[in-house]
Amino acid sequence: MKTQTADKTKEVANKTEHITGSEAVIKSLIAEGVDVLYGYPGGAIMPVYDELFKFQDQIHHVLTRHEQGAAHAAQGYARISGKVGVAMATSGPGATNLITGIADAQIDSTPLVCITGQVASHLLGSDAFQETDIVGISTPVTKWNCQVTKASEIPAALAKAFYIARSGRPGPVLVDITKDAQISELDFKYEKCVGVRSYKPIPKTNPDSVKAAAELINNAKKPFIVWGQGVILGEAEAELKTVIEKSGVPAAWTILGASALPTSHPLNVGMVGMHGNYAPNKLTNECDVLIAIGMRFDDRVTGDLNTYAKQAKVIHFDIDPAEIDKNVKTDIAVLGNSKESLAMLAEVLNENSHDSWLQKFKDLYKIEYEKVIKDDIEPTKEGLTMGEVLKQINIESEGKAAIVSDVGQHQMIACRYADFNVTKSNITSGGLGTMGFALPAAIGAKMAAPEREVVAIIGDGGYQMNIQELGTIFQTKAAVKIVVLNNEFLGMVRQWQQLFFDKRYASTEMTNPDFVTIAKGYHIQAKRVEKREDLAEAVKEMMASKESYFLEVCVEKEDNVFPMVPSGASVSDIRLS
Amino acid sequence: MNEDIKTFTISVYTENNIGLLNRISAIFQRRHINIESLTTSRSEIDGVNRFVIVVNITETNAKKIVKQIEKQVEAIRAYYHTDDETIFTESCMFKIKSSLLFDEPQIQNIIKESDTRIVTVNREFFVLEKSGRRHEIEALRRDLNVFGIMQFVRSGRIAVTKDEMKVTEVLTAFNNQ
Repeated sequence: MKTQTADKTKEVANKTEHITGSEAVIKSLIAEGVDVLYGYPGGAIMPVYDELFKFQDQIHHVLTRHEQGAAHAAQGYARISGKVGVAMATSGPGATNLITGIADAQIDSTPLVCITGQVASHLLGSDAFQETDIVGISTPVTKWNCQVTKASEIPAALAKAFYIARSGRPGPVLVDITKDAQISELDFKYEKCVGVRSYKPIPKTNPDSVKAAAELINNAKKPFIVWGQGVILGEAEAELKTVIEKSGVPAAWTILGASALPTSHPLNVGMVGMHGNYAPNKLTNECDVLIAIGMRFDDRVTGDLNTYAKQAKVIHFDIDPAEIDKNVKTDIAVLGNSKESLAMLAEVLNENSHDSWLQKFKDLYKIEYEKVIKDDIEPTKEGLTMGEVLKQINIESEGKAAIVSDVGQHQMIACRYADFNVTKSNITSGGLGTMGFALPAAIGAKMAAPEREVVAIIGDGGYQMNIQELGTIFQTKAAVKIVVLNNEFLGMVRQWQQLFFDKRYASTEMTNPDFVTIAKGYHIQAKRVEKREDLAEAVKEMMASKESYFLEVCVEKEDNVFPMVPSGASVSDIRLS
Repeated sequence: MNEDIKTFTISVYTENNIGLLNRISAIFQRRHINIESLTTSRSEIDGVNRFVIVVNITETNAKKIVKQIEKQVEAIRAYYHTDDETIFTESCMFKIKSSLLFDEPQIQNIIKESDTRIVTVNREFFVLEKSGRRHEIEALRRDLNVFGIMQFVRSGRIAVTKDEMKVTEVLTAFNNQ
């Protein structure tokens, strides 16, 4: 493999020194600007941990309580910082425990470098203690991976790993290093990778395709923008705002696109998808030009593809050529980085407004408000709703908190009702839908942005999937706020059982432990709220705390999340009840 | 719209790295596409390998597959072609009892008429080799089967395109980016 390296590397050890492979790992991480990594030691990675001990003033290692927690924490760190998250584990079970986080990062385009120890090279393939073929196992869920069996290969492999993880459409990479490679010595010199032959991370934007897109938008009567995480990954929030404001086009977001444009922006018409807002789903099938920006037409967004936006001309902006025509046939494809392509688009767009078309979104929002939103955030019935908890968090955080949500009903409620006034504020498991994501991801998010309020919104099911990470919170003093919305059910599955399986609640009811006592066992402040009159004060107290805080809110057991596009149905068939 | 399923030859130029075969075959596996044949070898460019993969799919799927393959970091360029756009062949070998070569004169006729080559002959067996289209190889196999075949093996398809594949230019562009 031919790689290209930078002529000048800043803050990089460019003088040659004779060191061990383990020290080379640490010095390579330092050269890449890594200041924190998440992991769990074990036999096959011990030499690296031993070196890490010597460099603890330069790299902060966070001992999570499970390798899955390490991968998710690294994801949370990456998502809020925009930098590469790093996770480390030993061979065998340590490595396989990372896989869920790696798969999650792959589908959500999160830059991760995972380093795993491996048995000594002479034992490879012999079913040695804690040997697994982690390169084979991780191949389908990594952007790239490799196994290093010689110390001399370590710097180049890690340089390439960081380059691939962060460039173009980001993603997770895995570098597996045999124990003998960690122990033996090399002449170390680190050169950052700046290119790999055969890998073109950012396709060039064709000005003609931008012009063609602008012409279509300029002449459209009912144009509609749907943006995704590509805007955030490309740091194109300002360019998106300019495009939207200049063209006057109503714009909606996918779950991972949330927060690229403030919730309160007058042209922000809400979330698309299965539990998105009524208007943007319904009007997808009325627009004449659909402008997709940095989104991949996930099936949770499109519903039935045979009826999705069939009347519209489709323009697709994306960095990944493989996304074009993958799910939805595109009329105009604009390849490239969203920051550049949107800036080019803004130049050639006409100043415009679409007041009557925008009014249709507002009219449908009124219907949604009366039938769904009002009861969710200002309920009059006795039981607490998830929506009113989010409303209180909005009030106390002024919409500036980073919301880290797990997967389930509470996730949809968090995405629907949280105010996102700052970019990179919605950290959630989108594509993989990984329960157990939020608690460790919140730790990483808080470490990446200690100045920001980080609030994890979790269901009682997902909370117990990685509840052990309370230990990490206690040990690291990461001041995350944990809100468990407890309905004593696997709520989303129960909702489907109610709607589509004749209320047969097969294995979804949960008998839960005393969460407050558990949190207190980890020396984390904790409170349980069961009544509406106690909610506002409890949220206020939580948000005012300078330390980590656990708040359990006992919500209605059988509340449902609406609107809803039933699985496989058309987005026009979105249900309000 | 129901599209016709056709035979496509997918050619992939890649770096010569461990593990790439897994990555490429996984792309087909995920989509539940059966690979009819797969051949890998070095290509006309030093340090660059070439995969020749034969699949029966729709053209829309062929396009998507090629994009997914090109997305792999170590894949340089992928192409798909119909049979009409390629010159292709397969090879096969038969191991047959030597006594039959002398006892069954029909076998000698078959060898002559099918343009098959005798690779080796010894006391126990002789070995035939033939290159050609799949149907020619299958016809030969049917003809020889009645006499008894000790061993049979067929290679995957190898193919070159009628049009030029400008991989060298792609590589130059990569190197200069």
